Amino acid sequence: MNWKEFFKNLKTEEEGCVPDETKREFLKIGLIITGVAAGGSLLNVVSVVAEGLATSEELHKEYPYKPHYSMVFRVDRCIDCERCVEACRQTNNVPEYGWRTKILERVDTKAVDQQRQFMPILCNHCNNPPCVRACPTKATYKDKQTGIVKMASYKCIGCKTCMVACPYDARYFNEEKRAIDKCDFCWESRLSKGMKITACAEACPAGVRIFGDLSDPNSEVYKIVHQMGKAVWVLKPETGAKPNVFYTIG
Amino acid sequence: MEKKNNPVAEGIISKEEFTQNWLRFLTEFLSGSKGFYILLLLSGLIVLIAAMFGVNAMYVGYSHVYGIYREIPWGILISGYVFFVVTSTGLCIISSIGHVFGVKSLIPIAKRSVYLSVVTLLAGFMVIFFDVENPFRMAIWNALSPNPTSNIWWMGTLYGAYLVFMTIEFLLLLIAKYRYAMVAGLLGLISGVAAHSNLGAVFGMLHGREFWYGPYMPIYFIASAAASGCTAIIFFTYLGYRIRNERFDKPMELALQAVGKLWALLLAVLMFFVTWKVITGFAGAEGKVLAIREWLFGKYAINFWFFEVFLGLVAPFFLLLVSRFRNLNQMFVASLLAFIGIFFMRVDLVVIGQIVSHFFEYKVTDFPVILTYKPTLHEIMLIIGACAFCIFSFLIGEKVFKGHHTEIH
Repeated sequence: MNWKEFFKNLKTEEEGCVPDETKREFLKIGLIITGVAAGGSLLNVVSVVAEGLATSEELHKEYPYKPHYSMVFRVDRCIDCERCVEACRQTNNVPEYGWRTKILERVDTKAVDQQRQFMPILCNHCNNPPCVRACPTKATYKDKQTGIVKMASYKCIGCKTCMVACPYDARYFNEEKRAIDKCDFCWESRLSKGMKITACAEACPAGVRIFGDLSDPNSEVYKIVHQMGKAVWVLKPETGAKPNVFYTIG
Repeated sequence: MEKKNNPVAEGIISKEEFTQNWLRFLTEFLSGSKGFYILLLLSGLIVLIAAMFGVNAMYVGYSHVYGIYREIPWGILISGYVFFVVTSTGLCIISSIGHVFGVKSLIPIAKRSVYLSVVTLLAGFMVIFFDVENPFRMAIWNALSPNPTSNIWWMGTLYGAYLVFMTIEFLLLLIAKYRYAMVAGLLGLISGVAAHSNLGAVFGMLHGREFWYGPYMPIYFIASAAASGCTAIIFFTYLGYRIRNERFDKPMELALQAVGKLWALLLAVLMFFVTWKVITGFAGAEGKVLAIREWLFGKYAINFWFFEVFLGLVAPFFLLLVSRFRNLNQMFVASLLAFIGIFFMRVDLVVIGQIVSHFFEYKVTDFPVILTYKPTLHEIMLIIGACAFCIFSFLIGEKVFKGHHTEIH
């Protein structure tokens, strides 16, 4: 048939042509991709989705890493007791002059009611890590299995490019190791030895830090990140680093 | 140089010629005036003192003696490195107009420029050697574990190649093998420009640093290199003739005139670049606006307006116009002012990009919105030492190579 007939005969999609479930899934992914999830806060997810390569089924079945380690902070619960900082220091031999995780104090004197909030920070193990891209010797790399951004200390030449590249001030030069050091989600000290949780997450008495597998629908991190009811955000999304550490309230 | 192991060298230079050249250089060196040896000794001493500071810094630990810290990891040593390699690349670019692309009027400045491009590159490498924490690992892991997405890797590798090509080119120029020198010069130019754009991209591809991010950096670096090259050529050629008490011959006068005109054009280009960098910056993200404000109106205002704009761009430009590109004394003063201004351009470039603290938009009290950096004596001494190395090598070069005279053919 010619093109006129083709267009005339083109039917619109009828109701029931696409299952409601798929429509809901697709809508959810769309919301996630465009970053509008509950109240307009920005939510970044895995780079696979953002690249538009994954269909909705793929997103939910196949994260690029297994386990896809991630951390969620419930910042309203943080009281700056710094037990997490201490636990990290002890577990990972972090020297006095450096830190792998820190509690920032946010103060806004113009805010109504609450004017102070504590915000823990650490390496975000970004999905598009600027440090990994910039390192001349691949001394820092994103682990293919777990997604943790790790250090191969013996290769580090100490050029500090990764320190400058990181938007989150997550890295410092460790003189004892003669290399850059940063949070590795306690991989070397705990996870590789069979433990399931980071030292900081375990030490927190208030349930601020939730550590888990973002690709496991049964994990708490999955449930908190993949929901539309409460605002979930990442730090400095405009840098394009696609962090794997999320912040929420509640 | 074994003849049978080196078929290329065999066709280029004979063993006798090689030894003759070395003896000639040695006799030249040993027949200097008292002033020459005094200056040499002085600059050599400064190099040694600076090296001592450097070794001391390595021993004690950089974090204890340098002004850099976690939030501002790059300081004036990186600026110094940029300063020297920019000058080196610029010398290569300008000199290649003459002996690679055959513009006859620029041939007289070629030999000295090639020599100095090697010298300034080595000075840059010396500075960076004392900034990188594990310099001896560089050679190993850059080779064994390269990262093709890393601008630092490309820059390091290409500058290594550039060093080799420029050294070969200078040696070939010495023995008057101009056809081969042209090839080496072309390869040096390509690798130099590629390396230098990557140096710009080191800064320009960091999305987390608003002041630096964007295509401007690699482009600006190349333009700035060309301008720095002109500055260096006028500066060192003038000095070279003055310390040898020589009169400028006509071809050299014309060459310097040509370089001066090119320099004035490039200064105009740079002024245009800087103007738009500033204007567009004000319409940028808050991080960028904060940085630009600090640069123009804050603690770095004197750096910007007096050193960068006045000494580095405006004063040389006007001096060049006033001199009508004929008064070499005025052109030399312009180049001296420009060198000072250019050094501050590099300092501001590196430091301003890091002064806006990472979490300022979250209203944190742990860091001030604008961070501060102050260079220490160790860092300053290393820069002075690198400058002294350039002077030292320049003096030797003038003496040993008898003023780098070139025959025009």
